[in-house]
Amino acid sequence: MMDYEALGLKAGIEIHQQLDTTRKLFCHCPTVLRDVSERTGEFQRYLRATESELGEIDRAAREEMRLVRKFCYYTYDTVCLVEHDEEPPAPMNPEALDITLTIAKMLGMIPVEEVHTMRKVVIDGSNTSGFQRTALVALSGALPGGCRVETICLEEEAAQRVEGDTFSLDRLGIPLVEITTAPCMHSPEEVAKVAAYIGMVLRSTGRVKRGLGTIRQDINVSIAEGARVEIKGVQDLDLIAEVVRREVERQVNLLSIRDALRERGARVDPNVVDVTDLFSGTNSSILKKARSILALRLCGFAGLVGREIQPDRRLGSEFSDYAKKCGVGGIFHTDELPAYGVTAEEVARLRERLGAADEDCIVIVAAGKERATCAIEQVMTRAVMAMEGVPEETRKMLEGGSTAYMRPLPGAARMYPETDVFPVTIDPAFWESVTVPELLTDRAERFVREFGLDEGLARQVAFSEQLPLFERAVAAGVRPTLAARTLLATCRELSRDGVEVDHVTGDEILALLSAVEAGRAAKEAIPEILTELARRPQESSLAPEERVDAAIQKVAPSVSKADVEAIVRRVVAEREGFTRERGMAALGPLMGVVMKELRGSVDGKVVSEALRRELERLLS
Amino acid sequence: MIDTLMAGDLVRYTNGKTTLTGTYITERDEMVVIKLDSGYNIGASPEKIEFVERPAPRPQATAGKVAQNPDLPELAILSTGGTIASRVDYRTGAVMSQFSASDILRAIPELGEIARYRDRQIASILSEDMQPVLWQKLARAIYDEIRAGVEGVIVTHGTDTMAYSAAAVRFMLKTPVPVVFVGSQRSADRPSSDNAMNALCSAAAATSDLGEVAVVMHATTNDDRCAIHRATGVRKMHTSRRDAFQSIGTEPLGYVDYPSLSVSLSEEAVRRGTEEPELQDKLEERCALLQFYPGMPPSVFEAFEGYAGLVISGTGLGHVSTNLVPELRQMIEEGTTVVMTSQCLHGRVCDRVYNTGRDLLAAGIIEGEDMLPEVALVKLMWVLGNESDPDRVRRLMQTDLAGEIRRRSIP
Repeated sequence: MMDYEALGLKAGIEIHQQLDTTRKLFCHCPTVLRDVSERTGEFQRYLRATESELGEIDRAAREEMRLVRKFCYYTYDTVCLVEHDEEPPAPMNPEALDITLTIAKMLGMIPVEEVHTMRKVVIDGSNTSGFQRTALVALSGALPGGCRVETICLEEEAAQRVEGDTFSLDRLGIPLVEITTAPCMHSPEEVAKVAAYIGMVLRSTGRVKRGLGTIRQDINVSIAEGARVEIKGVQDLDLIAEVVRREVERQVNLLSIRDALRERGARVDPNVVDVTDLFSGTNSSILKKARSILALRLCGFAGLVGREIQPDRRLGSEFSDYAKKCGVGGIFHTDELPAYGVTAEEVARLRERLGAADEDCIVIVAAGKERATCAIEQVMTRAVMAMEGVPEETRKMLEGGSTAYMRPLPGAARMYPETDVFPVTIDPAFWESVTVPELLTDRAERFVREFGLDEGLARQVAFSEQLPLFERAVAAGVRPTLAARTLLATCRELSRDGVEVDHVTGDEILALLSAVEAGRAAKEAIPEILTELARRPQESSLAPEERVDAAIQKVAPSVSKADVEAIVRRVVAEREGFTRERGMAALGPLMGVVMKELRGSVDGKVVSEALRRELERLLS
Repeated sequence: MIDTLMAGDLVRYTNGKTTLTGTYITERDEMVVIKLDSGYNIGASPEKIEFVERPAPRPQATAGKVAQNPDLPELAILSTGGTIASRVDYRTGAVMSQFSASDILRAIPELGEIARYRDRQIASILSEDMQPVLWQKLARAIYDEIRAGVEGVIVTHGTDTMAYSAAAVRFMLKTPVPVVFVGSQRSADRPSSDNAMNALCSAAAATSDLGEVAVVMHATTNDDRCAIHRATGVRKMHTSRRDAFQSIGTEPLGYVDYPSLSVSLSEEAVRRGTEEPELQDKLEERCALLQFYPGMPPSVFEAFEGYAGLVISGTGLGHVSTNLVPELRQMIEEGTTVVMTSQCLHGRVCDRVYNTGRDLLAAGIIEGEDMLPEVALVKLMWVLGNESDPDRVRRLMQTDLAGEIRRRSIP
């Protein structure tokens, strides 16, 4: 168990949440995601980092430029020339700004007086323009527990990577808020808690997108002797604490490797050796087909390159990540050789060629001459960093919560004004008028208090996507428990049984619940009626009420009270012996028989009432 | 305390409980723009801003000359204000256009593998502010560069009026070497700008076997090739797209593939060395271009009283409303040369089909064949600048001088 306090853990989060607006942030396209098979065309572009004033290109951008990459973009009939970077942006979507201000107010923030849209340079291909438009909207908010929110920004979503250097333009331009906290969290659990709280605040607006990929967390982690590392794209809330734990573990291990290296007086041999000839007869398929194999001697690194620093990650994995930036598949190092078809004899010859001692580790890279040279230089760079400790990096999450290197932390020097978008003044009167919605947690408590829902169900309803429908149902006079159970439990069970509940519209569910409350259908029949509604193709000419009534007629026609009494009399008469033997205790078993005959079309309470009366009559 | 804030000053911003420091950028519409340490700009009320300190001026970037390969052909880059390279000052957010050969080479290093360059700034204006007098200045400068022995000329130009300038230079200048106009549709500061590819393609075209004035710009929305358009047959056909420039009524003279930069020229393209350098730089500036529209009142023509030439962009085959014919007749009688073109852009003017057309011909208008209206205007300026005899003017306007008129309309 790590002592996070002693390690000086500091963590902060950036939450990115898509907003549920009707149109995109800087154009009039709808905010819908498409399947790549629906694409209507594609086009190709190159991106080039712009020289900055002192002739310096941002270090993250330069790293991306190591590879001259051609990007391909898929386009759809729901995107326009703005996403194509072929038309200047439209003015900022006021709906998105309104939602952002609502969230800002919920977090106790102060809006800026005038919002300026900036261009944040991003040349990984995910933005056709080569920059992401982003605007700082409000500052300085508070979180329960004393942590602070530093900023909330409104920005455009990037294009979705299809694979490699191919991107899909449907997502590009969807409004997104970015909420950045101070590095004020000191334990993995606290990070998870803050992320959950902010997520709850966002969903309380009822105006954010829901579902996979609509919210992403970036986590900043550092320990006292380590360095700030930003971990991108943690989508699963449950993994947040684990990601923090593993990053602390990684930094602790990198520091212990650093100490070992220093103790051993380790160094990186500046001479790269071409060893292509050594492997001319190799059985390793990777080495066999490589035009150039380069080797680097890391003096005093033996055993440390192969040391695990995170589950399934070694120092060698970090070297490999850096090398991959040059387009190579990976690296080999002697801590893991012989293996992969490389024989002990080949390793011995390699050691001999480089004059390596036992305490040295050798890294080899196999590729075309240019890529191999680039890759071995990258390994050299990373090996030097290992002697200094933990490098500042942007990393991506891997399955399970370990991470891989993506690029250096971006420098500050990569924002400049988006001159095509006018600044937007936030009028104090408008800010005053922004209403703060009830927090979902408060709403859940209110449901317990006002509706008598139990706590679990109340919370489930409040946090569910069905919340608006639930509130409509309750407003229409449906009992809250019935509405909650139907919307959550019943629908989920049916869906688990393969019923396509999604086909049933909210209006139909509402009409059905109203019918139950009006006594036109029994609540026991709800699953069957829903199943019927899900099966029948929607006839658009019919009102929801008509469709619901048709379904009721089909699966559970309402039965009159006289009919119920007749059935009850018959059932009891058929089982008179049993009834007399059991007395009033026969009610339970008989109930089942009657309900089965009625196929749930009558409320259980009505049946049990009729049965009780009949039994009393018979037994008296 | 300090009276006026200067860009780069460190300031403190206080708004309620928030206090931040940032860099003063400018004041606009009674709001101060400051850049926060995060890189974001925000607008703030002046009274909430406090001066903190004025940092020592940063040493001027000592970007020296970029070494050029003396074995490569020499090209001249003439700039008029169109931006082919930019530099961004992320500290203040300023975007600075680059005009010197060294600066351009720093921004687009691959240019150094194609040629060596000498630079010359003709103007530093927005292309909508272009004037015929600058066309003349430009033509003279190009002529001087050609006489000085460069193997090609690149003119960087804003795209709005690039086609006018290219056509004007074409009429004024005979050239044995390629004279290539180039610009960018998407600002040069953005990583996705078309500037670098257009510049590289223009350099490839300027070292190619071409021997005339051309516009080189993206052929499609892809970064895969540029089209080489004849200066007298090209038009900006879209407000913002990369492939806004299109040859009208004819195919492009050729293409430059990217990134290979291989140049292919059509048989139509005039080859290097075909013409001897010659400059005839007189222009009659009292010429105008008027687009006819339904209901246009005859009084509009009063504005052109005393003009030497008027190009009309008429409807269809080359028409204006019948009630304007008497006005035009009078103008022509008073000495104005009137040339009819079509706002259809595609196709040939023919005023012999309908009565209105025949009336216009009788009134003395000159059919502008399949000339683009803007090209006809520039040509008329040049013809009237060099010729005063009405019959010869008429004949010249209907003669193909520089590829502006195509005798055959290709299906």
